[in-house]
Amino acid sequence: MIEAVGLTKRYGAKTAVHNLSFQVRPGAVTGFLGPNGSGKSTTMRMMLGLDRPTSGHVTIGGHAFRSLPNAPRQVGALLDAKAVHGGRSARNHLLSLAQLAGIPAARVDEVLGVVGLQDVAKKRSKGFSLGMGQRLGIAAALLGDPQVLLFDEPVNGLDPEGILWVRNLMKRLASEGRTVFVSSHLMSEMALTADHLIVIGRGQLLSDMSVSDFISANSADFARVRVPADRPEYREKLTASLTEAGGRVMPETDGALRVTGLPLPRISDLAHGADVRLWELSPHQASLEEAYMRMTQGAVDYRSTADAKEGLQPPPPGYGHPGHGQQGYVPQPPPEVPQQGWYAPPPPGQNPYAAAPAPAPEPTAERTGRTTDEDPR
Amino acid sequence: MASVPAVLNSEWTKIRTVSSTTWTLICAFLVTVAMGAALSALLNSQFDDLSAAEQATFDPTFVSFSGMVLGQLAMVVFGVLVVGTEYSSGMIRTSLAAVPQRGSFLFSKIAVAGVLALVVGLATSFVTFFLSQALLGDRGTDIGAENVLRAVVGGGLYMGLIAVFSMGVATMLRSSMLSLGILMPFFFLVSQILSAVPGAKSVARYFPDQAGSKILQVVPDAMNSDPAPYGPWAGLGIMALWVVAALIGGYLVLKKRDA
Repeated sequence: MIEAVGLTKRYGAKTAVHNLSFQVRPGAVTGFLGPNGSGKSTTMRMMLGLDRPTSGHVTIGGHAFRSLPNAPRQVGALLDAKAVHGGRSARNHLLSLAQLAGIPAARVDEVLGVVGLQDVAKKRSKGFSLGMGQRLGIAAALLGDPQVLLFDEPVNGLDPEGILWVRNLMKRLASEGRTVFVSSHLMSEMALTADHLIVIGRGQLLSDMSVSDFISANSADFARVRVPADRPEYREKLTASLTEAGGRVMPETDGALRVTGLPLPRISDLAHGADVRLWELSPHQASLEEAYMRMTQGAVDYRSTADAKEGLQPPPPGYGHPGHGQQGYVPQPPPEVPQQGWYAPPPPGQNPYAAAPAPAPEPTAERTGRTTDEDPR
Repeated sequence: MASVPAVLNSEWTKIRTVSSTTWTLICAFLVTVAMGAALSALLNSQFDDLSAAEQATFDPTFVSFSGMVLGQLAMVVFGVLVVGTEYSSGMIRTSLAAVPQRGSFLFSKIAVAGVLALVVGLATSFVTFFLSQALLGDRGTDIGAENVLRAVVGGGLYMGLIAVFSMGVATMLRSSMLSLGILMPFFFLVSQILSAVPGAKSVARYFPDQAGSKILQVVPDAMNSDPAPYGPWAGLGIMALWVVAALIGGYLVLKKRDA
């Protein structure tokens, strides 16, 4: 069990981690997600007593790390795969760590076998690939057979076989009742590995919930509804009638409405009943990756942790990639493209439900959308 | 808590499993012995060319340690690398995650490396003494002569202390390159030059190497060097104070700063 309470770390004027409180429970893989530079590694270093928090504290099994009796037997950590003296062999590196905790040399050979490095055990780690380095780091973490394991980006540099191996290893360690805390910036990887997710951005807690909750909260389908641009009063009318029917309506910046909680036919019926013409009514699905990226961009929407959808807004231009796996996800045009009457079709062949495209300038829009995408703005 | 014997054991494994340890220590030994022997042979053959003052204060023991001026640099490299590679490789985080008690970690490391440097320093000191005395022939001295054993043992202590001083500095600076960039020119150039400049002399004689090397002299003010206001043991004491200061500085930096 790892517990962080009000953890804050400032480097001069820059706040790396701000008021972070969470618990990591045993028996589950807890994913620690955040974009690069969001404070994941700083948090992990504070857990290991390497960095001193500016305020707040973090404990492992109720003890501050520095006061843990025989720390290597209780906590194993992989922080940086390259943090090895290149001139020392893999076996000697592990041996020096094992001796610290009074771990017999036989255990060194054992973990070398577990991570599959027995053939290069006598080789200097200088010549190791990043993937081999990761395996060596994982071996070091496993050395003391600890109950608490911390891994900072363990799949970096691993091949698909290695990634699968790490994934299974994490799950096995957790199933043995250990506390497994894995940081990553890849949502897709965590969705497969973790049971619980802690998401941070700019050093602040964004979400702390189980993966299944995260998925149901964030990957929900929604419908995009667009009323004629020349009749803005339709929007209020439609919003009122949809809300009355139990739907949730969120405005998008370009004037479209994002509707959840109502099936498409019902929205159409309600619009008809309210005598509102529609220019668009299309189903969409926010992927986990998308939800995660939306959650972690920009600091303004960061305040909320209870309702992950509160900050729901269309992503900025340039975000989103065609064929990224999102059904019908439509990239927003850059500001210089006239919004008036712009119609974005779903990527071809991906959205069987979509209404037939309006006779709008489809090819142009298509091209515009693509250009926007490829522009790494 | 990782026990001190465990940390000592681990540090010994670390030190013996990198080749830089072997190379720097062999280098310190060979350079000191070879240069001491060469200068002894040279002075023996050209004794008559020396000035009268130099002949009067000729110190066969001190001459045999001439190689230490260069040999100590290899000791500096050894000391810096023992600590510095922890930082340059990032190993320091792994080490400190395993030994959260930073004092135990640092002083175990320095104890292991320091004892090793001392042993090599003593071996170097004795070998260079006997070899040089053999080459000096009739002008040589004997280990049984007054103060000679003190100087020879002192030579080993001097090399050990130089290594430990470098470890302390490297812990403070947290970088091999930076430490070498400061220590090498300091011991090789700055200290040597300042000790020859009138005016700067009175300060330079309190530098660790200048003060410490007084222990190597058997004849006071050997080879017509400048007289110092302290004796051989006091000189070594001044050097020891520098070492203690470097270690305290290193400890405070390690304790206070984030790894």
